[in-house]
Amino acid sequence: MTNRFFKALATGAAITVGVASAASAAECIAPANPGGGWDFTCRQIGKIMYDIGAVDKPVQVTNMPGAGGGLAFNTVVNERNDDADLIIAASSATTTRLAQNAYAGRTADEVRFVGAIGADPGIIAVAADSPFNSLKDLVDAILTDPGSVAFAGGSAVGGFDHLKPLMILKEAGFTDITKIKYIGVDGGADAITQTVGGFTQAMTGDMSEVVSFLANGDIRVIAVLTDERVPGFDDIPTATEQGYSVVAVNWRGLYVPKGVSDDTFNSWADKLQMVADSAEWKEAMAANGLAPFTKVGGNFQGYVDGLVADINAMSKELGVIQ
Amino acid sequence: MDILANLALGFSVALSPYTLMLAVCGCFLGTVIGALPGLGPSNGVAILIPITFTLGLDATSALVLMTSVYYGAMYGGRISSILLNIPGDEPALMTTLDGYPMAKAGRAGDALVLSGVASFVGALLATIGLMLLAPSLARVAFLFGPAEYFALYLLAFCTLGGMASNNQAKSAIAACLGLGIAMIGVDTSSGLPRLTGGNLHLYDGVDFLVAIVGLFAISEVFLFIESHGKGSSIGVTLNKVRIPWADIFSTKWTMLRSSGVGFIAGILPGAGASLGSFLAYTTEKSIAGEKGGFGTGVPKGIAAPEAGNNAAAGGALVPMLTLGVPGSGTTAVLLALLMTLNITPGPTLFTERPEVVWGLIASLLIANFVLLLMNVPMVKIFVKILTVPAWVLLPGVTMVSFVGIYSLSGSYFDLLMMVGFGVLGYILRKLDIPTVPVILGILLGGNMENALRRAMTLSDGDVMYLFSSPIAIGFWIAAIAGFVAPMFLRKILTKPQAIKG
Repeated sequence: MTNRFFKALATGAAITVGVASAASAAECIAPANPGGGWDFTCRQIGKIMYDIGAVDKPVQVTNMPGAGGGLAFNTVVNERNDDADLIIAASSATTTRLAQNAYAGRTADEVRFVGAIGADPGIIAVAADSPFNSLKDLVDAILTDPGSVAFAGGSAVGGFDHLKPLMILKEAGFTDITKIKYIGVDGGADAITQTVGGFTQAMTGDMSEVVSFLANGDIRVIAVLTDERVPGFDDIPTATEQGYSVVAVNWRGLYVPKGVSDDTFNSWADKLQMVADSAEWKEAMAANGLAPFTKVGGNFQGYVDGLVADINAMSKELGVIQ
Repeated sequence: MDILANLALGFSVALSPYTLMLAVCGCFLGTVIGALPGLGPSNGVAILIPITFTLGLDATSALVLMTSVYYGAMYGGRISSILLNIPGDEPALMTTLDGYPMAKAGRAGDALVLSGVASFVGALLATIGLMLLAPSLARVAFLFGPAEYFALYLLAFCTLGGMASNNQAKSAIAACLGLGIAMIGVDTSSGLPRLTGGNLHLYDGVDFLVAIVGLFAISEVFLFIESHGKGSSIGVTLNKVRIPWADIFSTKWTMLRSSGVGFIAGILPGAGASLGSFLAYTTEKSIAGEKGGFGTGVPKGIAAPEAGNNAAAGGALVPMLTLGVPGSGTTAVLLALLMTLNITPGPTLFTERPEVVWGLIASLLIANFVLLLMNVPMVKIFVKILTVPAWVLLPGVTMVSFVGIYSLSGSYFDLLMMVGFGVLGYILRKLDIPTVPVILGILLGGNMENALRRAMTLSDGDVMYLFSSPIAIGFWIAAIAGFVAPMFLRKILTKPQAIKG
């Protein structure tokens, strides 16, 4: 009824409802309710940082749900702009919403993005008994009759899951994107349920959302939106090799307040790199369907700015925003 | 049979002294959490999860502790509903309707024991249902598309009339108020914010717990202040607790039916325990008819929602374990716990990690018996927590409300909104407009709208899509019957000669 509008990204994690206490301990804000991807990011990264000795006290996790991360973003910018002990979980959803001005005027340059250390590959899946055997079948069906295929995804209309099929169809030369049917439901599992139940014809989401359904044979993944096939899922073709060069991954990372010193920023970047290099993180990634994707430090902000610009341009082109 | 062998495996995991101790601790904590207004099962489980990490519990032990807290909270919610007329958690909302009048009539002890037994029956049947049917029931979720969900929520609203008040118009006003509040927030079908005034705090809509604590607990404080602490409705005295065999016996069918209704409502993703207790209550009310005296403190009015919500709590575990789709807020938190423990719920869980699934089921059975013992003979301990004088209790309730709500989002905005709802609740009470339909409007309105919008997207705006499946048509018929039947029944019943027939 409240937070489900915004997708609780893919994988799960642990919970702390409440506020951080000990003053000197670092705090990680998960800008969503317990259980989503941001919560996972804070919980896992915080735990590994402590386990490998990158921080000397356990990292406190604070859940600050609201406005799809906008509340936390706003709080950081307005109230905690120089807090050196604060890190905040971020993902593709953060950049998508910044690009679509969904944080009430806040912009990406009001914080500092530290880095990403893992990514959940985007996928398009259909029910096991679907007549569509490849991405081309699906796209062709839409080109013939746009109304014949409806997508279900875990994000609201205009969100990242909605953009994925639109990007593919744009590649296929289909321009009338408002004709594409998409319903936003309460998370990836629900989207699969609707697709297996035959209410929608395809599901758009992340790899981690479909792993268990895939093992059970309920669905088939017809395309993964990465440059190369994902290790462990070598039989799933990429969209690129099927002729639609679309790459859409849901990266997982952190940002810190704008007002911290360069030393603080670099120290967080080093710590994040240590996590990325650790065996624990590799294990956590494997268990949660994440693919390696490490971009840490100074050049990550540039990557984020590029993403925001791209998504902003695309959203305008697609008519998702004015 | 497989099930017995599996169950033996489960008990061998769950029956160690250490896990038993965890179950007892979990049940006690859960009951207290459930009984305190504002701290619902989801908060309770969420707050306690860090403890499982601190204690270094393994997967099964952590699950035993958390599910004990979960079931315990479902039991505990009824205590404050009955004694204070403030639901301890969302699903206990319906228990206030008959539980509190019964307590006021001097039968608080009976109401508590009866509701404890009903909770036990509901939870036990649901656990058995989970055990026997989980793998096949998981497929039920595949039958529910937008049209079916819309019809289901519509059924809930159609049976709402006259539920919480004798004045249908006032119920309708209250429900519309709730529906209006449910429209606040980002619209999923367009991605645009509505009625938020540009305030980020309102983008996710009004949190249900904020509304419930404001409307019930905070407005109670205002009434208390107005009466200068005299004549407050709070402070029901508890006489000797005995077992009301006659009441338990007379409600046996109610308990069984409500368990079934609740279990099915629990299985449907998103509906959860609140809908379970609500449907159980309205079903029983319509079976009993006007003569049933629902709303005046009848045993059936207590047994139905309690059996219903505890059965729904068990039912909600079905989609969570088999599909990875949480059936309620609390199971969403449990899902997060499972994933942290590197257990991925889904269709393969039953075959890949049987010790986890069956350990969980065994611990649910154990927790249920522990809770029955705790909540019937020892109910006075929990009552003590709540039967302190009103001038001590209400400040405590206020404090717990503020802490509980602040812990939801860590934002003071929710506290202001809670006080706002308190004022609204005070005004509504003064106007004799029931607050329960407001809550139901907020709770179900958003889901119902989303279901309708999705149905319209899928069908290109073809209204007939809403009647396109047998399940949907069945719900529509039930909804129309539920709406129309009371009007005719009332007419028939007002004719003296018809009453006996």
